[in-house]
Amino acid sequence: MSKKYDAGVKEYRDTYWTPDYVPLDTDLLACFKVTGQEGVPKEEVAAAVAAESSTGTWSTVWSELLTDLDFYKGRCYRIEDVPGDKESFYAFIAYPLDLFEEGSITNVLTSLVGNVFGFKALRHLRLEDIRFPMAFIKTCPGPPNGICVERDRMNKYGRPLLGCTIKPKLGLSGKNYGRVVYECLRGGLDFTKDDENINSQPFQRWQNRFEFVAEAVQLAQEETGEKKGHYLNCTAATPEEMYERAEFAKELGQPIIMHDYITGGFTANTGLSKWCRKNGMLLHIHRAMHAVIDRHPKHGIHFRVLAKCLRLSGGDQLHTGTVVGKLEGDRQTTLGFIDQLRESFVPEDRSRGNFFDQDWGSMPGVFAVASGGIHVWHMPALVAIFGDDSVLQFGGGTHGHPWGSAAGAAANRVALEACVKARNAGREIEKESRDILMEAAKHSPELAIALETWKEIKFEFDTVDKLDVN
Amino acid sequence: MPFKSTVGDYQTVATLETFGFLPPMSQDEIYDQIAYIIAQGWSPLVEHVHPSRSMSTYWSYWKLPFFGEKDLGVIVSELEGCHRAYPDHHVRLVGYDAYTQSQGSCFVVFEAR
Repeated sequence: MSKKYDAGVKEYRDTYWTPDYVPLDTDLLACFKVTGQEGVPKEEVAAAVAAESSTGTWSTVWSELLTDLDFYKGRCYRIEDVPGDKESFYAFIAYPLDLFEEGSITNVLTSLVGNVFGFKALRHLRLEDIRFPMAFIKTCPGPPNGICVERDRMNKYGRPLLGCTIKPKLGLSGKNYGRVVYECLRGGLDFTKDDENINSQPFQRWQNRFEFVAEAVQLAQEETGEKKGHYLNCTAATPEEMYERAEFAKELGQPIIMHDYITGGFTANTGLSKWCRKNGMLLHIHRAMHAVIDRHPKHGIHFRVLAKCLRLSGGDQLHTGTVVGKLEGDRQTTLGFIDQLRESFVPEDRSRGNFFDQDWGSMPGVFAVASGGIHVWHMPALVAIFGDDSVLQFGGGTHGHPWGSAAGAAANRVALEACVKARNAGREIEKESRDILMEAAKHSPELAIALETWKEIKFEFDTVDKLDVN
Repeated sequence: MPFKSTVGDYQTVATLETFGFLPPMSQDEIYDQIAYIIAQGWSPLVEHVHPSRSMSTYWSYWKLPFFGEKDLGVIVSELEGCHRAYPDHHVRLVGYDAYTQSQGSCFVVFEAR
């Protein structure tokens, strides 16, 4: 039956608050934490969020009657209290699949976290989680290679991978930079990494860096008999330059390149990821700018959403924080989103911050990267928290060794292997961490010195963004 | 007064990937690792290669993967059998995970004589 046009400002609630709606398997579901202006009813605010992030505008318009918006509108189908928080609530919104272009994370985010975040009826708004329907997931390219392929290419099995960012992060010439790469890799690391802000600066142009690094990787590989790699940062000012750098890395026979997916943008990231699949290159993903978006507990986008978006857009490794190091992130929340990176099905579990069942189907997994302010004493906790499908990266914890980066690398490798061996033998590595490390140090002067150097360093600050639990 | 440096010289070592930085394992320690592989439900697999080819993707299988083998003694005797037949080869034990089509565990048990 056709509807009549009735001009004027209409209450959103009438159209977009549908508590009886049962979401379809093909709907994209979102959970927002909403903090409305005082005095505005929850249903009205929640409906406004559904409207503004889908088909609605502030006024009724005649042209909506040219279509049937029931096929396209977002619907708020549930409102829930936030435990321990009286001023905010969760709004669950279902979006029909046809609102989104196939395979475009850019398009999903433009809708869901677009204008609505500046909406005046809201004081704060945070996108907590998205349930991507399988029908959408199957249109996304996903990781160019995935965990299984990366292990096979790099010949690393039965343990976390070990990496390190080259320091100082800025200011080294290409040749000096390659020297540090060589020292780390010959010392026993699997990977070294360009810092995120190393692109192509006057003191070290990218081409020069790539050439010296390639020589360092090759040499370390020959001398140690193990596979090695360095994440060559291809993030650039334009897509054309990004691809030019990626092509050169491939030409040099390098196994892995790197991209910053939030500053670079999802369109660039998805494009580079597709290039990697086509060209047999692994892709390491950095997340600069994420804390601007995800750290405030009431506003922005939770990192679990950004992590899910990255898995869909494409990347073989993603930074996730360390839980124990210098950067923000509590243990349960981190476990929640590293599941989203690696598992094929993640059940709803509020104690880990996962608001929906998420089926990933056949999409390959992404390695979780723990990096930032960690050192050998953290190794047992890191192995326990992150498990084998992770890359543990020690920057200062490698180069800060009194004997230099190669010895620092060896110390970390010994500590890592001692922890894995102890875990496999059934020991509780977090409880017995001191014994395990001290035993290992008996056979490794490098580790003994590292343990002595970093024995006092801890980063014990409370997390700012905690799970909402009573 | 002669200058005495506290900095040690780190010498590069050639290693064979996982557990390459630990001292050789005792028999009991190797048993622990085999027990772990069995407890995970992975299939034990013995591979060997001449040291000149240790970086290649494919090492030779010893027989076939021991699909579903749960007896620790059987795995130990297969490892020893492989080592006896190829004393100048590296011998490694793999915990093969059919679900991930990857190796949940992989380490060298006998280095070439």
